[in-house]
Amino acid sequence: MASPIRSSKDFLTGIIYMAIGSGAVLIAVLGDYGIGTALRMGPAYFPLVLSFLLIFIGLISLIRSFIQPGTPIGAFTVKGLLLVVLPTVLFGLLVRGAGLIVALPLLVVVSSYASRQFRWGPALALAAGLTVFCALVFLKGLGVPLPILGSWFGG
Amino acid sequence: MELIANLGLGLGVALTPANLLYCLAGVFLGTLIGVLPGLGPTATISMLLPITFVLPPISALIMLAGIYYGSQYGGSTTSILVNLPGEAASVVTTLDGYQMALQGRAGVALTTAAIGSFFAGTVATFLLALFAPPLAEMALKFGPADYFSLMVLGLVASVVLAHGSLLHAIGMVVVGLLLGLVGSDVTSGGQRFTFGLPQLADGIGFVVVAMGMFGLSEIIRNLEQGADRSGLVTKKITSLMPTRKDWKRMIAPILRGTAIGSALGILPGSGSILGSFAAYSLEKKVSKYRKQFGKGAIEGVAAPESANNAGAQTSFIPMLTLGIPSNPVMALMVGAMIIQGIQPGPSVISEQPALFWGIIVSMWIGNLFLVILNLPMIGIWVRIIMVPYQFLYPAILAFCAIGVFSLNNSEFDIFLMALFGLLGYGFSKLDCEPAPMLLAFILGPLMEEYLRRAMLMSRGDPMVFLRRPISATLLVMALLALLVIFIPAFSKTREEAFIEE
Repeated sequence: MASPIRSSKDFLTGIIYMAIGSGAVLIAVLGDYGIGTALRMGPAYFPLVLSFLLIFIGLISLIRSFIQPGTPIGAFTVKGLLLVVLPTVLFGLLVRGAGLIVALPLLVVVSSYASRQFRWGPALALAAGLTVFCALVFLKGLGVPLPILGSWFGG
Repeated sequence: MELIANLGLGLGVALTPANLLYCLAGVFLGTLIGVLPGLGPTATISMLLPITFVLPPISALIMLAGIYYGSQYGGSTTSILVNLPGEAASVVTTLDGYQMALQGRAGVALTTAAIGSFFAGTVATFLLALFAPPLAEMALKFGPADYFSLMVLGLVASVVLAHGSLLHAIGMVVVGLLLGLVGSDVTSGGQRFTFGLPQLADGIGFVVVAMGMFGLSEIIRNLEQGADRSGLVTKKITSLMPTRKDWKRMIAPILRGTAIGSALGILPGSGSILGSFAAYSLEKKVSKYRKQFGKGAIEGVAAPESANNAGAQTSFIPMLTLGIPSNPVMALMVGAMIIQGIQPGPSVISEQPALFWGIIVSMWIGNLFLVILNLPMIGIWVRIIMVPYQFLYPAILAFCAIGVFSLNNSEFDIFLMALFGLLGYGFSKLDCEPAPMLLAFILGPLMEEYLRRAMLMSRGDPMVFLRRPISATLLVMALLALLVIFIPAFSKTREEAFIEE
């Protein structure tokens, strides 16, 4: 049976916009941001105007998803997504504790794995080379306060 | 004539061997960080501020200025070669620049950007010298209502030139505006949408959002397509020189871009960003090659690149004449001046003429350096990109992660960047353009500020936006821009560009 939703892109976008808009309204109201008046706008005024606008746009998108056919959403590549987002988060978690010498190679190797051209040799070489380069340019050269060897190892 | 005398004074200052060296160092460093994704002029200048303490004031400012406008050039290099804007002003260059690169015309695009930038830089520097005092006066006439309408126009322009669904693009603008409001509310001092997290108290950094939504999500999408960059890697970059036809096509966009960029760069709050967007929009409307926009039209590179360089130079005007920074980089320059014991403001021109005119002349010299250095070095930049993608993107990730960290010494920003990477990827799947969101993100808090002030001054009367002539004109232009989309001819062009995606 054909789905009544003619455009899944519009449908999802509509839902997301409405969710964000409603979320913002909720936060503003629950947080008691204070609306104020047009003359003296409280912190909630502009956000609320925007949120309602967003909900409205989301609604239109939602309605349109039933009326106008759209191109289908392409497949989500979970592998690429995870292998880029996760090592970045890992880097952030590890960099001060374990140091650049652990966090950066990890970032490089794990993210490299997402490529179809991945091979261990070049990836490890890249990791080593990049770590040296970044240590020289960013840490020594520009003085970014990141440890080469982190505090967990007594750095 | 007084101008000649002043320029002479400036030349005397700028041409000392030391200052020439600092200028060279500045523009080289600027280009480098502009090319490297994850590191931008704001981060670099903030990191170098303490060093400038030991330098003489003029040298320090010459070098820092060089970093700024040098980065505008480098940023366009990454936009063209890797579809990754080094900063907001380079976003528009990705549209046609990257397409040209995919067609094997990366060298031509880069040369065009260089020439346009040099021309614009030269003209803008001259404008700076000639019109600094009267221009600052004109900008003062802009009231909050006018600024608000200007930003509305800018946002509408970004929606109009976005691919894909107009409705979604408008939605992205609103999302961007909301995201920009995260953090402290300037007027009341309260925290908004920060979920009690202290790291969000100052809002979300622009670089974090840009690197996430443009950098990370682009990498994810490239991996999805099998990381097939054969368009760049196998097609030899044959020619760096534009053809005669290219030269002819470049002239008008460069002129128009310079004009728009110079004008918009002066206005506080816009810097070079609005200029590049506006120049692209205008070019697209008046060019007889408008069907090619978004597919590698040389005008699509020439116009915004001229505009953003012109804007970068003219954004010095409010700072040098009024002491008011027109963007974060200028705010840092003000900081640098204060470190040197110079009080920025209208008195700088009269009390420190050597400083003022020295900086102006060195800007032109810097642009000259950029063109001389970078045209031959384009080969090197291009070769950097010929590196196979599987080595390039982890490097980009590494630079992004470290660079983003360096802004606030905070791992939280790295997490945020990852989140925006995820969001950016999701949005791209849903046909929602990130570029309008980014512009809205930057303008959001500013717009609210101007809206508040406008309403305060008009005592709560919303009609003020229509009553003030400047504001009314801008709003009408915005409306026209929106309506243009619905003209069948134009919408067909957008559709074609849309289907190409």
